[in-house]
Amino acid sequence: MNEILVSPEVLEETLSEALSRGGEFAEVFVEDRSVSTAQWDQSRVEELRSGRDRGAGVRVIVGGTTGFAYTADLGERSLREAARAASAVARSGAGENRRVDFRDVRSYSTTAREGFANVERARKVELLRRADDVARSVSPSISQVQVTLGESTRRFVVANSNGVLATDHQVRTRLAVACVASGDTGLQTGYRTLAQTRGFEILDDGVEDVANRAAQNAVTKLSARPAPSGDFAVVLAGGSGGILFHEACGHGLEADAIAKGASLYAGRVGERVASPLVTLVDDGTVEGEWGYLAIDDEGNPGSRNVLIQDGVLREYMWDYLRARDGGRPASANGRRQSYQHLPMVRMTNTYLLPGDDDAEEIVAQTPYGVYVAQLGGGQVNTTTGDFVFGTTSAFLIENGRITSPLRDCNLIGNGPEILGRVDAIAQDFSMTPGTCGKNGQQVPVGCGQATMRLSRMTVGGAA
Amino acid sequence: MSELVELAQRYVDLASGGEEIEIVVSRGVDTEVVAYDGALEKLAVASSAGVGFRVLIDGSGGARIGSGWAGSLEEEAAREALASARENARYATEDEFVAFARPDGVSPADLSLRDESVLTTPLDDKVQMALDLESSVRRADRRVRQVESANYTDFVSETVVMSSVGVTAVQGRSGAYLSVSAIANDGGDDETGWGLSMARGPGDVSVDRAARDAVSRATGMLGSAKSATMKCPAVFDSRAAAVLLAIVGGALSGDAVARGRSLFENRVGELVASPLISLVDDPTDPRHFAASSFDGEGLACRRTELIRQGQLVGFVYDTYAARRAGTRSTGGALRAGFSGSPSAGCRALQLVTGEGDRERIVRDVGSGIYVESLMGVHSGVNPVSGDFSVGVAGYLIEGGQLTQPVRGMTVASTLQRLLSDVTHVGDDVQWLPGTAAGATLAFSNVTVSGD
Repeated sequence: MNEILVSPEVLEETLSEALSRGGEFAEVFVEDRSVSTAQWDQSRVEELRSGRDRGAGVRVIVGGTTGFAYTADLGERSLREAARAASAVARSGAGENRRVDFRDVRSYSTTAREGFANVERARKVELLRRADDVARSVSPSISQVQVTLGESTRRFVVANSNGVLATDHQVRTRLAVACVASGDTGLQTGYRTLAQTRGFEILDDGVEDVANRAAQNAVTKLSARPAPSGDFAVVLAGGSGGILFHEACGHGLEADAIAKGASLYAGRVGERVASPLVTLVDDGTVEGEWGYLAIDDEGNPGSRNVLIQDGVLREYMWDYLRARDGGRPASANGRRQSYQHLPMVRMTNTYLLPGDDDAEEIVAQTPYGVYVAQLGGGQVNTTTGDFVFGTTSAFLIENGRITSPLRDCNLIGNGPEILGRVDAIAQDFSMTPGTCGKNGQQVPVGCGQATMRLSRMTVGGAA
Repeated sequence: MSELVELAQRYVDLASGGEEIEIVVSRGVDTEVVAYDGALEKLAVASSAGVGFRVLIDGSGGARIGSGWAGSLEEEAAREALASARENARYATEDEFVAFARPDGVSPADLSLRDESVLTTPLDDKVQMALDLESSVRRADRRVRQVESANYTDFVSETVVMSSVGVTAVQGRSGAYLSVSAIANDGGDDETGWGLSMARGPGDVSVDRAARDAVSRATGMLGSAKSATMKCPAVFDSRAAAVLLAIVGGALSGDAVARGRSLFENRVGELVASPLISLVDDPTDPRHFAASSFDGEGLACRRTELIRQGQLVGFVYDTYAARRAGTRSTGGALRAGFSGSPSAGCRALQLVTGEGDRERIVRDVGSGIYVESLMGVHSGVNPVSGDFSVGVAGYLIEGGQLTQPVRGMTVASTLQRLLSDVTHVGDDVQWLPGTAAGATLAFSNVTVSGD
């Protein structure tokens, strides 16, 4: 299954070359990624695309300095050249000859019942058609349906000067349906994705639901009115995105932001930073979820880390470099977009543990506010704590009942303030997939939460 | 350069009967330097290359296209990519509008977009620029508590687009950027500011400019507060205005129109904006950082008028969108590198400038909100429906002056209304990275959410 991309002997020689100018730590990351997408638009199969990217990145760390180089050529000579280029940062060091002994050899693989390579293209095309049929059957006002089916398999090897030689074979599958509904009020959009760290098998049962929800979302918004402006109670539906915590505190708990004093959560371990209802976990071990990883991109086995327990800050997230500086083990949060990128601290699946309340009760006990059924993306400034997230499906709550649909808008808040305003959490937990961008690198992540309420948050509507 | 052309020609020549082949080949070298706390934190130098194919098969009901790409120029990888493009084409639906671009006789603008000094400047000098940038920001103001990172990055690249139906386009390009983010503190909350200087080569970027930008933005925000919810006029600084224009540009794509995803569909000839707004996409203007001689299908880029004194006059088209609309390509195909397929889009937007700089416009507006940075643009702006809601940081405008710094608030409207509500277009054009150049813009009425 895990065919060897580069032999252990060559990896060892590459590491020796990387260390030869006095580097303290060296790592080779070899990756072979295949990506296929099939796109449906305007009631036809528009285009199938396939691509493959192979290469290796070498990094060398000396003191606080990291040198990095990569190559698309996996030949011995090119790897050595990359190692030499990366080691240039350690040029003042002694040229000792260090050998690396791989003592920690491990191999992993995603459980995918149906790998894409084995699925007939015709079957993929049929799936696109099915999604289109379902979406269009929702309402005659659905004017456009775009369906994208994507799959990636990513084999990689991480070898480092601490003796780690780990390989993984990750399989990810994603279906996205984007609909446009047109009416007297103009155009509205609906969007839904299904994405898991599994094979094609996830689509058999999932496609109708995704297409149906995307279409419903667009149609509902045709009668939406502008969202209100100002501070209101906000109820987030279970599985609406969970991105609130990803933005409100997740990024601020990444050890690189902490180390640079660019987070409001720096130096606050042991302190209360959220309502006592809040227990927040980052967990790479949730098998099948979008942010699942058997090992991170530095070779550490995925782990479950409690970040906030009952409102008290317990732990940050760490990659190799920050853990080394902090004199502690890494937490399997070292991730990278590809071999052309350096790893950094990233989230995996970040979720709020469910509470004891009843989802319907929470709405019933909210006299006036905004009910967010589905979230889009978000953004945070970890230094100031200001963050936003957008709604893609939201409704007004009046007298404890969900009433008018609202047009898309952003909500804005300050992380520590908002975390203190969580006043109810229900039991209806679920996860949603997303793509997280940081310093130009995109990685797949999961977010999860049950229905919950914020006593107050600024809603950025136009009304 | 000729090496890439030869390589492209070899593959294009493989087109068999009833088949057309289009190839994109590119390669480049990138450098990234990060300085932190007076020392070098990160140094990355790498070269990369790749090839992308589109194969077109003609049929009775139209043509079909399939794609394949590889992040390598090696023959085995390229042949594998071509084979999967051929296989993929068989599964597309025949479409009478699908075609590759044909040479249209328009000559490409003669632009000098590649500065060879990116390759000849010693690495040590580049490292020194990042170090200088970091120390300038730290020294500039005692209230600067931290410099999160100070970066120097550059690249050179060459790209060839060629097809078996006669297109050959060769484009070289380079860029150098200094960027820095500063954290200021004066006893209260931390505030942040980001500064940038960019050029085609390392000799033309300015440490001072990037440093000043970051420092003034961060220190200016000290003592910021959240103000009350209100409806009022808004002034967007040139950076924020450029973000807004880029979104509007997305809806002016012939592709968005063809796919029924543009709020401008069926509105050509109508007033869609204030008469102060005249917007063009002009990649042939070398002042624009995104300037280009060729588009993503290898046709010559050209100036396209989109909005003239508020009236919608046209869209940018690639070959596919143009055929659907019954018109000709405007050389408006964008392409995300060798792995992407072309799609119509604006490349280098600019407004016909108005009168007055930021100060004068703020004075004219009198009271409202001045927006200096935006947050959540991808989550709060829906370019199809036009709904617009973004997080902002900036200042209150009172008595024609910038007064209290504010953040943690949103500005909301719709794209349609914002365009109609423009009351001032500045003469202070700023050339920025991305699709649009910026100039100060004022709007008569937005909804500001706060306390």
